[in-house]
Amino acid sequence: MKQRVAILGSGNIGTDLVVKILRTSKNMELAALVGIDPASDGLERARRLGVEAVVGGAEAFLASPASRDVAMVFDATSARAHVAHAGILQARGIRVIDLTPAALGPGVVPVVNLDAHANAPDVNMITCGGQATIPMVWAVKRTGVDVPYAEIVSAIASRSAGPGTRANIDEFTATTARGLETIGGARRGKAIIILNPAEPPVLMRNTVYVLAGPLADVAAVTASVRSVAADVAKYVPGYRLVQDPIFEETVTRMPGEPPREGWKITCLLEVRGAGHYLPEYAGNLDIMTAAALRVGERLAERVPA
Amino acid sequence: MIVNDVTLRDGMHALSHQYSVEQMVSIARCLDEARVDLIEVSHGDGLNGNSFNYGFSAHTEIEYLEAVRAVLQHARLAALLLPGIGTIDDMRMARAAGVDTIRIATHCTEADIAAQHIETAREMGFDVVGFLMMAHMIPVAELLAQARKMESYGAHCVYVVDSAGALLMDETRERIRALKNGLSCQVGFHNHNNLSLGVANTVIAVQEGADRVDASLAGMGAGAGNCPLEVLIAVLDRMGVETGVALYPLMDAADRLVRPLQVRPVQTDGNALMLGYAGVYSSFLLHTERAARQFGVDARDVLVELGRRRMVGGQEDMIVDVALQLKG
Repeated sequence: MKQRVAILGSGNIGTDLVVKILRTSKNMELAALVGIDPASDGLERARRLGVEAVVGGAEAFLASPASRDVAMVFDATSARAHVAHAGILQARGIRVIDLTPAALGPGVVPVVNLDAHANAPDVNMITCGGQATIPMVWAVKRTGVDVPYAEIVSAIASRSAGPGTRANIDEFTATTARGLETIGGARRGKAIIILNPAEPPVLMRNTVYVLAGPLADVAAVTASVRSVAADVAKYVPGYRLVQDPIFEETVTRMPGEPPREGWKITCLLEVRGAGHYLPEYAGNLDIMTAAALRVGERLAERVPA
Repeated sequence: MIVNDVTLRDGMHALSHQYSVEQMVSIARCLDEARVDLIEVSHGDGLNGNSFNYGFSAHTEIEYLEAVRAVLQHARLAALLLPGIGTIDDMRMARAAGVDTIRIATHCTEADIAAQHIETAREMGFDVVGFLMMAHMIPVAELLAQARKMESYGAHCVYVVDSAGALLMDETRERIRALKNGLSCQVGFHNHNNLSLGVANTVIAVQEGADRVDASLAGMGAGAGNCPLEVLIAVLDRMGVETGVALYPLMDAADRLVRPLQVRPVQTDGNALMLGYAGVYSSFLLHTERAARQFGVDARDVLVELGRRRMVGGQEDMIVDVALQLKG
C-alpha cells in the first residue's frame, strides 16, 4: 500500500517534486501541494494534475482534510519557515524530509548514508550543491586517505534560483560546508555558490577540490570516484563527471596554518536536469528533488501503513 | 567626492593574495598620510575568499585588517564581501576588527542575493556599498533596476563595477548618468585598465557626478590593474577637481612600495587586453595563465572561450574546464 505524502512549498522545488512523485513513485501517493501564494504556477499545475492544492502554510495544511493519514511531508519552503514547521508536523507524528538548508535534522545523501537515519523524525537534504559534491568527497575518503579539507564551487543558472534560494545564500554555504564534513568525511569543508544569468541558461556545474593525505593511491581514488558518480546517476540520471579527476601533488599553504603536503584532487561535474518542471539546465533543482524522492521511497518502504 | 583605494584588496589578485602584513601596513600608512578617504583590505575575492578556487592569502584576514586599522589616522577602513563566498559571520568579524565600510558585491543581475547582507550590514552600523559587478554585460535600464534593488535594501551607495575593464567611454557615461538620475543614494565607479581606459572612464564618472571612485597605487589590481590612483589624482588636480588627496606621497608610494611588488607586470599586455576585449572577469588573468601553462594551450583562447560561455565573477573553476576542453 502506498504512503500518503504532502509537499509544503509550491515554488520550483515543490512543483518539480509533484511531477516526480506522480510520474515515478512506487511507494508514495501525493495527498497535497501546499503553498502560501494562491496565484503560484505550482498550485495551478498541481490542480491541473489532479493534486489537491492547499493555500496557506503548515497550519492550513494540518487543518485541511487533505492531511488525513499523511505520514510524511516534504518541506520545500525556506530555512526559516522550516524551523517553524518542524515542531508542529512532528507533533502530529508526521515525518519530515526537509529540502531547505535549515539542517535541523541529520543530513542524507542517498549514495552515502541512505539508511543511517531511517528513524529520524526530520531528515535534511542539505543543499543542491551538497547532493552534487558530497559524494565525490566521500568517494575519495572511503579509499582510506585522510581528507583534511574539501572545497566545492556550485554554479547554477540564475533562472533556476527562486526567491527561497536567493534569500538563503548564507545558509547554503554553511549547510553545504557542514555536509562536506559530517557526510563527506572532510575535516573541514568550504562551499561557494555562483549564480550565472547567461542565456541560454547554463547547466548546473560543480567543482570539487579535495585535499588528501600524502598516501593517496591515484588509481584507487579514480576508480572510487567513477563508481560513486555512476551510483549517483542511478537516481539522478543527468549527473556526470566531465573529466576523470585531476591529481596534483602540492604543498597547500592556508593562512594561519602550517604548510600541508598532499594531493589536490579536482573533480569537475555537470548535472543536467530531467526536465520535469523546469528545463534541463536546472540540474540543481533536479538533484535535490531526485535525492529527496529516493529518500522518500526508502522511508515509505519502512513506515508501517 | 570620496576616493576609495583598492591597492590592498584588488591588488591582492596581482600578487596571488601574497602581501605580507608589513607591506600592507606600509602602503596603508602612505595612503592615510596622503589623506585618501577609504582604504579597502580583503582577500581579492572578498572576505572568506581563501580557497583553492581563488588562492589562499599569506595571512589571515583578521591579521591584515587589525594591522592596517592600527595605523589609520584619517582614512576609514573598508572590506569587500561577495554573497555566496563570504557570509554575515565574516561581516561580523570585519566589524569587530574595526571595518567602517562594507562593500557587498554581486553579479550585475543578481542584486537580490545581497538583500540579507545589506540589511544586516545596516543594522550592524556599517557604511554600506552595493557593488554591481560586470556592469558591461547588461543594458543601462536593467543595471538601474538592479541598483534600485540595492538602494531599497539600504545601501548608502551603489557602484557601477567594470570588472572586465570592458566598458567604453560612452557606456561608462550613460551608466553613471542613469544611476545618478535614478537613485537617491550615492553612486560609485570601479574599473580595470584592460582597454587602457582606467583613468579616462573614471574621469567621465567624476564628470557625471559619481560620489565615490575606486583606484589603486600603480594600478595594483586584477588584470591590467585598476585606475591608477596617483595618475587619477594628478588628472583631477589639473582639471581643478578638489579631492583633498596629496599627489607626491602617492607617487612615491606607487613607485617605491607598489611597483616593485609587481613581479608579473600589471599592464595592458596581450592577455590583459583580451580580458577587456572579450569581457572576462579581470581576476581570471593569473589563473588562466597558470592553466595555459599546465595544459599547454594559448591563454588568449581560454579567455575568449570564457567570454563566449559568459562566465561571471567567481567562476575560476571553469578556467581548467575550458583549458581541458581546448586541449581536447
